Amino acid sequence: MTTVATAVSPARTLATAARVLRQLRHDPRTVALLLIVPVLMITLLRYVFDADPRTFDSVGASLLGIFPLITMFLVTSIATLRERTSGTLERLLAMPVRKGDLIGGYALAFGTVAVVQSLLATAMSVWVLGLDVIGSPWLLLLVAVLDALLGTALGLFVSAFAASEFQAVQFMPAVIFPQLLLCGLFTPRDRMHPVLEAISNVLPMSYAVDGMNQVLTHTAATADFYRDVLIVAGSALLVLCLGAATLRRRTG
Amino acid sequence: MMNYSDAAEAGAVEARALTVVRGDRTVLRGLDFTVAPGRITGLLGPSGCGKSTLMRAVVGTQADVTGTVDVLGSPAGHPGLRPRVGYVTQAPSVYSDLTVRQNLDYFAAVLRPGRGHAASRREAVIRAVRDVDLASHADVLAGHLSGGQHSRVSLAVALLGTPELLVLDEPTVGLDPVLRRDLWNLFHALAAERGTTILVSSHVMDEAERCHRLLLMREGEILADDTPDALRTRTGSATVEGAFLHLVDEANTIREEPTR
Repeated sequence: MTTVATAVSPARTLATAARVLRQLRHDPRTVALLLIVPVLMITLLRYVFDADPRTFDSVGASLLGIFPLITMFLVTSIATLRERTSGTLERLLAMPVRKGDLIGGYALAFGTVAVVQSLLATAMSVWVLGLDVIGSPWLLLLVAVLDALLGTALGLFVSAFAASEFQAVQFMPAVIFPQLLLCGLFTPRDRMHPVLEAISNVLPMSYAVDGMNQVLTHTAATADFYRDVLIVAGSALLVLCLGAATLRRRTG
Repeated sequence: MMNYSDAAEAGAVEARALTVVRGDRTVLRGLDFTVAPGRITGLLGPSGCGKSTLMRAVVGTQADVTGTVDVLGSPAGHPGLRPRVGYVTQAPSVYSDLTVRQNLDYFAAVLRPGRGHAASRREAVIRAVRDVDLASHADVLAGHLSGGQHSRVSLAVALLGTPELLVLDEPTVGLDPVLRRDLWNLFHALAAERGTTILVSSHVMDEAERCHRLLLMREGEILADDTPDALRTRTGSATVEGAFLHLVDEANTIREEPTR
């Protein structure tokens, strides 16, 4: 075998992504839930705000950014927890594989699922439910995919602190709910208590939601939009690196 | 320091003063041992005596190891060893939501990535499936297999890269006698035909008779390092189990004497 163990390997990343997707394919119910639930929720929301389509526009756009983050967080935290507890992670790390290959594979696989999920939810919102987007729906999709990567990164990271699937799902309210309350979905962030506003300034979901609203209200990509996209992407990358540090070749 | 020519003459595994402390418990107490290349070395002892920890130290997945463990001429856990050492944990570590073939395809792609190796990967997968006698179940989900079949998938993964050293943690637990015999025949074939060094643990003493050499362990210490025949002769016992009990009694007397 001539492969150098430390070389970066796109082939290993691709093989890992294909393997994760293959595992998902054996679980059609999860795939159906991943793809259909966001469409149903956004439809539900449309008729909750039946008399108030303006509110639907802003809340709907925010939710298109939040769905991929939450679902990918859950899926990744459970999937990597399983990888840790089943011994497959230990086995892989005893093989000539780089941590980046594994994490890249996960990000690629769940990123792909997120693209399909966001395409369905965005198409439904814009073309069927009449979500009024002034900017390009493609930019909505871009933010949604970055949000999904952020969710994947957070899920990967917290799975290191969960000893069981029970604990892993409990990280959802602990990590996601505070961001959900502070991201500006319920009330504009500048109308919160100053302390909460300051906290919301350092939470990545705030920028995910802000990015969605920038697309909603502007014809072209604004400077704020680029800032939002960079912050979400940067946070995802940072948390992915933290996640990589939790994959240990040697354990007690 | 050991150079490569020395390593070839010396053991496939050379451990000196190997110690592992986990919390306030010393799991391995300054072990010295050698695993002979191309032979089957059995690691025997009761559950909880430190067999798994010793194997993890050899493979390089155990944290907090002191002393030295050299494997195939490099320190245990060296990145260069990863393609050369196969490791099968006690619990089958494969994806239960993939088929046997999909599991092997993935691990083969990790070991030998790239399109250029597609043909050799396919061959390696077919051979590994045949080695563990799972050809008729290749397209069944690993999670749907029986316990014995499931652990054989895990073994097949370790055989993929044609490793020079195979570390097997209780591979025959829960298998019926026929399968156990077949697996031991496979281990002997691997050692004889491919020159594979095998370090295999068991807490069933009758499997000891099938090994070339034995390391008998108890409470983190090695009681004996010898061939099954020599052990029986030295202790005047009819079986390895008898030899083990004799050595345990002997160790207990030695330990008690200074306190008298």
